[in-house]
Amino acid sequence: MTWSDMEPLLEQACWDTLYMVGWSALIAVVGGLPLGVLLVLTDRGGVLQNVVVNKVIGQIVNIARSMPFIILMVALISFTRLIVGTTIGPEAAIVPLAIGAIPFYARLVETSVREVDGGLVEAVQSMGGSTWTIVRKVLLPESLPALISSATTTIVALIGYSAMAGTVGAGGLGDLAVRYGYQRFETELMWITVAILAVVISVIQFVGDLAARGLSHRGRSSVAPRLVLLRGRAPRAGEPAAAPAARETGPAEIESVEPTKVP
Amino acid sequence: MITTTDLTKVYRSRGREVTALDGVDLHVREGEVYGVVGQSGAGKSTLIRCVNLLERPTSGTVSVAGQDLTALAGRGQGAGSALRRARTGIGMVFQHFNLLSSRTVRDNVELPLEILGVSGKERTRKALELLELVGLGDKAKAYPAQLSGGQKQRVGIARALAGDPKVLLSDEATSALDPETTRSILQLLRDLNEQLGLTVLLITHEMDVVKTICDSAALMRDGRIVESGKVTELLATPGSELAQELFPVGGVASGEDRTVVDLTFQGEAATKPVISRLSRTYNIDISILGAAMETVGGHQVGRMRIELPGRFEENVVPIGFLREQGLQVDVAAVADGPRANPTPLLKEGAK
Repeated sequence: MTWSDMEPLLEQACWDTLYMVGWSALIAVVGGLPLGVLLVLTDRGGVLQNVVVNKVIGQIVNIARSMPFIILMVALISFTRLIVGTTIGPEAAIVPLAIGAIPFYARLVETSVREVDGGLVEAVQSMGGSTWTIVRKVLLPESLPALISSATTTIVALIGYSAMAGTVGAGGLGDLAVRYGYQRFETELMWITVAILAVVISVIQFVGDLAARGLSHRGRSSVAPRLVLLRGRAPRAGEPAAAPAARETGPAEIESVEPTKVP
Repeated sequence: MITTTDLTKVYRSRGREVTALDGVDLHVREGEVYGVVGQSGAGKSTLIRCVNLLERPTSGTVSVAGQDLTALAGRGQGAGSALRRARTGIGMVFQHFNLLSSRTVRDNVELPLEILGVSGKERTRKALELLELVGLGDKAKAYPAQLSGGQKQRVGIARALAGDPKVLLSDEATSALDPETTRSILQLLRDLNEQLGLTVLLITHEMDVVKTICDSAALMRDGRIVESGKVTELLATPGSELAQELFPVGGVASGEDRTVVDLTFQGEAATKPVISRLSRTYNIDISILGAAMETVGGHQVGRMRIELPGRFEENVVPIGFLREQGLQVDVAAVADGPRANPTPLLKEGAK
């Protein structure tokens, strides 16, 4: 197989992957975010403590996550037809991908939101804030960097899942590697596809990390270390190692290092 | 201003019951700074969190500014709109500041105003004004992570004041700060109390806080208030544990036939040369075993433990003289009695 044979295949596969992963990731975030927040709110000691709701959602999430993706895809065939009107092609793959990713992202959201200091929730309660205020002004903004990291993880996982979407004729890079590369012994094409996947995932991870760091105001510096590396560490050269250490310590520790100067 | 009646809080976990508050009656007058002290686990934190109902009391009532909050709370778990509205009139300051790391200092102060539904322009104006008031006018655009502990607490105070509260609750606000910063934050609270007529209820394990800014104080132990009142009156109360903790005077008698006397000076008596007069009038040698002199709420107050030669029977007249001078006189019964070895009441460090 020559490059001119491979090129259109690869191009089509790239677009298919982008299409499937893009839509399913969007749906996963839209669906997983409220679910994850609800898991935290209804948990014991949460603002909307409700053991029954919490256990039910938790179980649904667990069952959905324990199901192998290929089984989920087959199990959802009739549901897929109901939603998008077909059971083959990239559109058909989006449905099971999104449904598989919603509980995945919901769990990650739950972990991220749980990390938010309970004292902040209490502070907003003491100001007379409602549960909605707490979610909108505290839980989501404070966990935003972690939510973005979680979305990155979800997107990367979706790219992995999308390889199986070939089963429903959805195409995509993973499918290309399996059908042409592995099954037809086009080793070259397989390696090229794998290389493209590696590059795509690296870029997504990089952008995700950059966004997460850029939005985090917890530390002293909001500049991502990787950006500094790109600049050859020039701006940091004269700085002592204290700066990265300060990022690690919580606010309570920082103040003991630096006494206040109050007028 | 703040009144709690027979406040009880019982925590139930895994079948065990823990009584955090056991019938607490607290009365904070308008415009005063009221300190609640006690060991960790005494229930102070639960008490202050019950005042704005962050913690639901098991029984009893809480009223702030004449409004019965426990009646507003209703039965459900969540806070109804009536309770939320009442909370906007009660500011709260926390030990660990609880500032939102994702917002700038100014936006943090604006948060309560957003909850109150104040318009954007008005919010900014008010926030900058409050930051100016707490001495952080130049830090409006900084993020909390860029501030020191004392500065963070100033932001916390500015935020607590944003809703123009009548009452400020302070939950160990200075316990995570170093002594110097503590002093400056306490001074700020005192200024706010005087300038804005703010009623402040604070809990602390640091006796210095009470000494520095409190008009009144209460001592808590095992969920009960064991002693309370105006600080100056407490100092004048014989056998007051709080007075003993505020001004610990140590020292034991040097011999068998000695009389140990604890003196408390207040107001005018504090300025009189009582000891030298006593010595000259009765021609006796007086040794000072321990002494502490402080300014409490603008008054000079002091405690001193002195030793007179001879047994108590021989010293009735000099002791009478001391009483005549307007001092409060406690005679330590026996050298190794409870007053001679005061059990340290507050040893707890910052949580």
